[in-house]
Amino acid sequence: MTDQPIPLAPERAAQLAAEFGLKPDEYERVLAILGRVPSLTELGVFSVMWSEHCSYKSSRVWLRELPTKAPWVIQGPGENAGVIDIGEGLAAVFKMESHNHPSFIEPYQGAATGVGGILRDVFTMGARPVANLNALRFGAPDAPRMRQIIDGVVRGIGGYGNCVGVPTVGGEVNFHPAYNGNPLVNAMTVGIARADRIFYARATGVGNPVVYVGSKTGRDGIHGATMASAEFSTDAEEKRPTVQIGDPFAEKLLIEACLELMETDAIVAIQDMGAAGLTSSSVEMAGKGGMGIELSLDTVPQRESGMTAYEMMLSESQERMLMILKPGREAVAEAIFRKWELDFAVIGRLTDTGRIVVRRKGQVEADIPLAPLESEAPLYRRPVAETPKLPVLDPASVPDPAGIAAALQRLVACPDLCSRRWIWDQYDSMVGGQTAKRPGAADAAVVRIEDHRRALALTTDSTPRYCAADPEEGGKQAVAEAWRNITAVGATPLALTDNMNFGNPEKPEIMGQFAAAVRGMAAACTALDFPVVSGNVSLYNETEGRAILPTPAIGGVGVLEDVAQAVGLALPPGCDLVLIGETHGWLGQSLWLREITGREEGPPPPVDLVTERRNGDFVRACIRKGGVRACHDVSDGGLLVALAEMAMASGLGAALAPSPTDLPPHAYWFGEDQGRYLLAVAEAAPLLEAARAAGVPALRLGRSGGEALVLPEGEAISIASLRAAHEATLPALMEGV
Amino acid sequence: MRAGIVVFPGTNRERDMALALARTTGRKPQMLWHGDAALPAGLDLVVLPGGFSYGDYLRCGAMAAHSPVMRAVRDFAARGGYVLGVCNGFQILCEAGMLPGALLRNASLRFLSMDCHMRVERTDTPFTNRFQRGAVFRATMAHGDGNYFADDATLDRLEGEGLVALRYATPAGEVTPAANRNGAARNIAGILSPDLRVLGLMPHPENQVDPAIDGTDGLPLFESLAESFAAAA
Repeated sequence: MTDQPIPLAPERAAQLAAEFGLKPDEYERVLAILGRVPSLTELGVFSVMWSEHCSYKSSRVWLRELPTKAPWVIQGPGENAGVIDIGEGLAAVFKMESHNHPSFIEPYQGAATGVGGILRDVFTMGARPVANLNALRFGAPDAPRMRQIIDGVVRGIGGYGNCVGVPTVGGEVNFHPAYNGNPLVNAMTVGIARADRIFYARATGVGNPVVYVGSKTGRDGIHGATMASAEFSTDAEEKRPTVQIGDPFAEKLLIEACLELMETDAIVAIQDMGAAGLTSSSVEMAGKGGMGIELSLDTVPQRESGMTAYEMMLSESQERMLMILKPGREAVAEAIFRKWELDFAVIGRLTDTGRIVVRRKGQVEADIPLAPLESEAPLYRRPVAETPKLPVLDPASVPDPAGIAAALQRLVACPDLCSRRWIWDQYDSMVGGQTAKRPGAADAAVVRIEDHRRALALTTDSTPRYCAADPEEGGKQAVAEAWRNITAVGATPLALTDNMNFGNPEKPEIMGQFAAAVRGMAAACTALDFPVVSGNVSLYNETEGRAILPTPAIGGVGVLEDVAQAVGLALPPGCDLVLIGETHGWLGQSLWLREITGREEGPPPPVDLVTERRNGDFVRACIRKGGVRACHDVSDGGLLVALAEMAMASGLGAALAPSPTDLPPHAYWFGEDQGRYLLAVAEAAPLLEAARAAGVPALRLGRSGGEALVLPEGEAISIASLRAAHEATLPALMEGV
Repeated sequence: MRAGIVVFPGTNRERDMALALARTTGRKPQMLWHGDAALPAGLDLVVLPGGFSYGDYLRCGAMAAHSPVMRAVRDFAARGGYVLGVCNGFQILCEAGMLPGALLRNASLRFLSMDCHMRVERTDTPFTNRFQRGAVFRATMAHGDGNYFADDATLDRLEGEGLVALRYATPAGEVTPAANRNGAARNIAGILSPDLRVLGLMPHPENQVDPAIDGTDGLPLFESLAESFAAAA
């Protein structure tokens, strides 16, 4: 036993470094930092901390371009989650995070632990989680294993969220063959805290105890972060041992115990043990505070006997937290965790050495300076190849092979537009008693804050087919659509979290997609006063060299001063329908083009951010004034699909006015021009007048009533038949899984 | 009315229940801890709320039924106290033998979170006196194991003694297989003890008590209780 880690044999170390995903030059840096060959534990610590997943080494240079500040931002990116001031002394704490790789390998546990991980990121900051959302991308419905993956992911999200008692209130789902070998599971949690009681991960105070709480450590998930930083080949199945197992019951106890302890003043700093477990939590907390840290692993609660320092430092066992307590507060804290039947152990103390020192059975197993692990981790400005611009698709050049009514009937049943009821019926969206707009009721979920009238409006959005065709416009559109969905319920959009899902960053065309998407997002965030306060990057989403569509998922948060102001999308009887925004019949990358003609062509619809802002601010003001009975943004599928969605939600139809344009009818009804909203009001005239005064394009589209959408030419499309088709798709697909 | 809500490890609808009770009684209910072997004096009603006690890792409610507090709840009921068990609370009441039968996996083998409608089968009970006879009300259901089961003799006895409080029905009040999403025997959503002082039901009327959230369909159940105690006092 010595005070020096025992180095590996040089050849063995170099070989293991490669297996752990360190590049040769990165391994050379390890040798230079340590001045010797690393021990096994040290090599493991370097490899996970420098993994793409933990270090953001390929993405950081680009992420800096995103606007992250606003007067209402309390904490931007860099902490466990973002924090914004939502008034009345309250803060919303939120983040979205991916669990893509594990969910492909083991769908149920992959998705479940994704939910568990993002919940911990939020309550670790002192917030009670009040809502979960998700953003899911699956492959073609008929792709091999896809039904099992969908089933497992949905059961996993429900299994975890339902048990912890946090309502799953919203989300989005797309299907595309590009996700056949790499589905995406992005989970978002939103919590509420007192604005003056936020807990951070920055460790301070030499000698302060380092405390482990929650579940015991086992051998599960070792090197999960490394797995999540590599492409898949055909051996995905063999990686199952890197997937963690979730225990939502333990998580529920952990939430209650942590929030109870946070009522005291015992905590200096706290962070969950997520990716790279004990390693990342200890390194990041000590690193952020400019401290050193000593860990004695013998006292770590263990699920199995004979675990080595390497295994314990890299385990990703779930439902664990690391805290720095004030001196002498151990007993207070321990009593709370014992009451909740959770493990509690002092496993180390803070030092002023700037190093992490790990001991196991008297032997020093790791002794590493912290800065190179965390703040000075590798950083790459990788080569970038821009996505070529596509020629605009002239709507007149695309004949309509189907007719309007038949196309609508098919569109509302296609996988990207069909009812998500089969999914949300498996998620408890009501627990907590504050869900005012649940899935399907409105463009954004609306969740009231307990003991307040104030409510949050929440949404997740991205349109990957737009991003693939033009990543910059796609990035812009994803942010704009989230902003629009929050606006459409009457709320003020405040901030967003992003989950950047892309392929292999070592390929210039993938890095080009990433850089362009960030550029577009940044422009939209700036123009809409909608900053990024937290986020997550998931790269290497490829299987056998085939990348996913670039998917920057946006999780948006807005606020309503009074929950009673929120409007839904269901079409009420006896209302005029008014379209806000301009219609140019943009068919490029539209769902009509793909589903009806089988073509995925052209650039996506451009987002004019000035118009976007003007139209949205106008709509929100109208809703606040009162009198808007329903509102729905026009997005996937265009105008007629948006009308059908409003009609199906209530069962009521509408008589539609003729198009005032000379566009081909299919371009008018199914074009996906941006920045548009459909409003239902008792009488159109005052709204049209207000729009004219504000310089906002507005058009009376028709009047609600009856049981069909009646086209201007007189053809009636029965709402009941649309509904039947809309509702049948997912149950039929999932029958017998 | 003085109400207490039992919190087991894994309980998660205690806050919802507290909101509903505070709204109807004007008094904040007291939270009771599963490990306590005695109830505070002066309680009128004990509620076993929804959630996943002990993770539902054994049979739902099986572990909670053996907590120290449940002995006290059973004594409380035997002395004439009122007990309401919702969802996991209903499962616990069955596992504790305070109500007959059991809650099996939903017939679909999936967790079901959706609106359901229930027909009120009798209105002369402390839990239902504010409903009209045959009234139908909407409530959230959110459970994986809500498929009520008992042998035929027990079901016949429950029916014969008028102890079926609530049945799944269409919004128009028809008791049909389609309205019975979890597959419960005879569409049973809630049952009473013979002395009408213990009610167990699967759906969550506590989620429908506020017009700003999701309507007030569930309010009469809580108002019934509040009124029963106001009348008794």
